[in-house]
Amino acid sequence: MTQPVLDIRNLCVDYHTPKGTVQALRHIHLQVPPAKVVGLVGESGCGKSTLISAVIRLMAENAHVAAGKIRFMGLDLQGFSASELRGIRGRDISMVFQDPMTALNPVLTIGRQMVDIQYRDGLSRKKKRERAARMLERVGISDAMSRLDNYPHQFSGGMRQRITIAMALLVQPKLLIADEPTTALDATLEVQIIRLLKDLQTDFQCAILFISHHLNVIAELCDYVGVMYAGELVEKGTVRDIFHRPGHPYTRSLLECDPSVIEAPTRFLPTIPGDIPSLIDLPSGCIFQDRCAKVMPVCRKTPPPAVHLGEHHTAACHFLEE
Amino acid sequence: MLFYLLKRIGLAVVIVVVAVVLLYSMIHVVPGDPASVILGPRATPEMKQELHKLMGLDRPFVVQVVSFLGKVARGDLGMDYFSQRPVAEIVFKQLDETLVLVLASITWAMLLGIPLGCYSAVFRNTFSDKLVGVFSIGVIAVPSFVVALYSLLFFAVTLKWLPAIGAGESGQFLDQARHLILPAFAIGLGWVGYIARLVRASMLEVLNENHIRRARAFGLPETTIVFHYALKLAILPTVTLLGTGIGRLISSAVFAEIVFARPGIGKLIFDSVVSRNYPLVMGAVVVSTVLFVLSTTISDSINAMLDPRVRERL
Repeated sequence: MTQPVLDIRNLCVDYHTPKGTVQALRHIHLQVPPAKVVGLVGESGCGKSTLISAVIRLMAENAHVAAGKIRFMGLDLQGFSASELRGIRGRDISMVFQDPMTALNPVLTIGRQMVDIQYRDGLSRKKKRERAARMLERVGISDAMSRLDNYPHQFSGGMRQRITIAMALLVQPKLLIADEPTTALDATLEVQIIRLLKDLQTDFQCAILFISHHLNVIAELCDYVGVMYAGELVEKGTVRDIFHRPGHPYTRSLLECDPSVIEAPTRFLPTIPGDIPSLIDLPSGCIFQDRCAKVMPVCRKTPPPAVHLGEHHTAACHFLEE
Repeated sequence: MLFYLLKRIGLAVVIVVVAVVLLYSMIHVVPGDPASVILGPRATPEMKQELHKLMGLDRPFVVQVVSFLGKVARGDLGMDYFSQRPVAEIVFKQLDETLVLVLASITWAMLLGIPLGCYSAVFRNTFSDKLVGVFSIGVIAVPSFVVALYSLLFFAVTLKWLPAIGAGESGQFLDQARHLILPAFAIGLGWVGYIARLVRASMLEVLNENHIRRARAFGLPETTIVFHYALKLAILPTVTLLGTGIGRLISSAVFAEIVFARPGIGKLIFDSVVSRNYPLVMGAVVVSTVLFVLSTTISDSINAMLDPRVRERL
C-alpha cells in the first residue's frame, strides 16, 4: 500500500476544564490515502472537529494531545515546531470551514484575502490576482476578475462557500480538510457544493478528509468512511462496507435513523435512545453500552477490540464475526 | 464612499442646527437679563430697552433664533459687549490652543494605547498582560486634574525640566511644544488606559472569530493576522470612542487649562459663564458643539472607510 497522506495513530486529546479532564478523543487510528476522500461521520460532540483541530494544531487553549502520532506525508507533525507547522498549513494542508458567513474577513476584499494566502509564491500581485480569478471561475463564480474587489457581504452564503473552497484549492494542497462545509447551507446548495467538491477532487487529485453528520453527503462523495461515537472511531471501512455491511450497532442505528430511508409515513422519526456518556468519567467497557440494544455483561466490563471485517473494514464490538 | 460622506455631512448639518436652536432656547429661558448684567446695577429701564433693541432681544423668539442661525452660518457669532470685539475672533483665538492640546493628548494616548491593547490581547493572561491591565485601570481611575497637579509639581517645580504655566510665546514653536507636554500628558494619560482596555477587549473578540481561525489555517504570519486581519476590525469601536472623546475633550479640557493657566475654549466658557457674558458663552458653546459634531462625523467616516458594511448602512 502506498504511503498515506495522513496517518493518525492512537491519537488521544484531552480538554482541561474546571469540572475535570474531558477525554475528547481516545485511541483514534485513521489513514487518508493519496487522492482519496475519507469521510468522518458522527453526531455533534463526538470529536470530529477536535480531530481536525489536532491535525492542524489549531486547538482550543485548554486542549492537548495526550498520546499518539500524527504523520503527514511520513513526517511526524507532533515533532514540528509552531513555525514549521505554519509552513505546512495553507501549503500542503488547507481547510474549508463550516460556516461560510463568518469564514471570510468582512473588512478585506476577496481579492486581498486570496492574494494574501499566496504569500509564499514569488509572483507579482497581478499574477496572483489572475490565479485567484481563474480559481473563482473554476468554482463557478462568473465575472471573477471584477468580483475580486468585492467584500464578503456582497456574496450569498453558497457563493462564499465556493470562495472558501477556491481559496483552499488555490494553494494546491496535498490534503484538504473540509469541516462540515455544507451544514450551514440549504439542501439545493449542499448538492451543488458536493458536486463541485467531487469534480474538483478529480481534477486536483488531492486527498480530502471530509467531516459531516450527513450520511447521504458522505455516501455521495467519499471512498472511505469512519464512524465516530463519543470520542472513539467505532467503525471504519469503504463506503460500501459501511452502508451495505455495517458492523457496529451504532453505525446500524445511525443508518436506520436516516430520514431518507424511511418508506412508510410515520408519526415518529427513529432515534437512538439515550445520551452520549460523560467524557469526564468514562464508563468501563464499551462506550456505546448504555444505548446499545444488544448490550451484554461483557460490554460493561471490557472495552471491545477492533475486529477486522474485511480488507479495510474494522469495527469495535464484542459481537462481530470476522 | 462619496455617497456615504454626503449623507453623513447632511446629517451633521441637521444635528448642528437642532443643537444650536436648543442652545439658544436654553439661554433664553435661563433667568437673568443680559442687558442688566452688561449695564450694571445703575442702569435705567430706558437704557436696558435700548440695549435690548441693539441686541435684538425685543423681537419675537422665532425671529431671534432664525437670525442667530443665519449669522452662525456666516461665521458671525455676535459682539462681546464687554470687550467690544467680535465673539468669533475671541473664540477662534482660544480654539487653536484647545485643539492643539486635545489633538496632542489623544495622539500620544492612541500611539501608546493601541499597541498596548494589541500586546495584551496577543499575550493574554500572561504576567505582562496583567501588568498592562493594572496600569490601565490605574490611570483611568486617576482624575486628569490630579495627574496635572502632580506632574506640574514634579516635572516643573521639583525637577524644573518643563515650564509650569502658560502656552508659550506665540510663533515660537519649540517653546509652545515645551509648554504643551505636561497638559497633554495629564489629559492623555487616562485615555491611554481607556484605549488599551478597549482595544484589548475588541481584539480578543476578533481573534476568536472564524475568519481569523481560517487565516491561521492558511498559515498566514501572525503579524499579518494581528495587524491587518484583526486590528482593522478591532479598531472600529476605538475610532467611535475617540470621535465622541475628542468632541467632549474640547470643552472638558478645562481642568488642565485651569491648572496650567493655559488659554483654551474650556477656560473661556468657564470664565464667561462666571461673568455672565452671554454672547461669549453662546459663541463658545456653539463652536464646541460644531466641533463635537465634526469630530463624530470624522470618526464615523473613518469607520466607513475601514468597514465596507458601514458604508452601505447609513
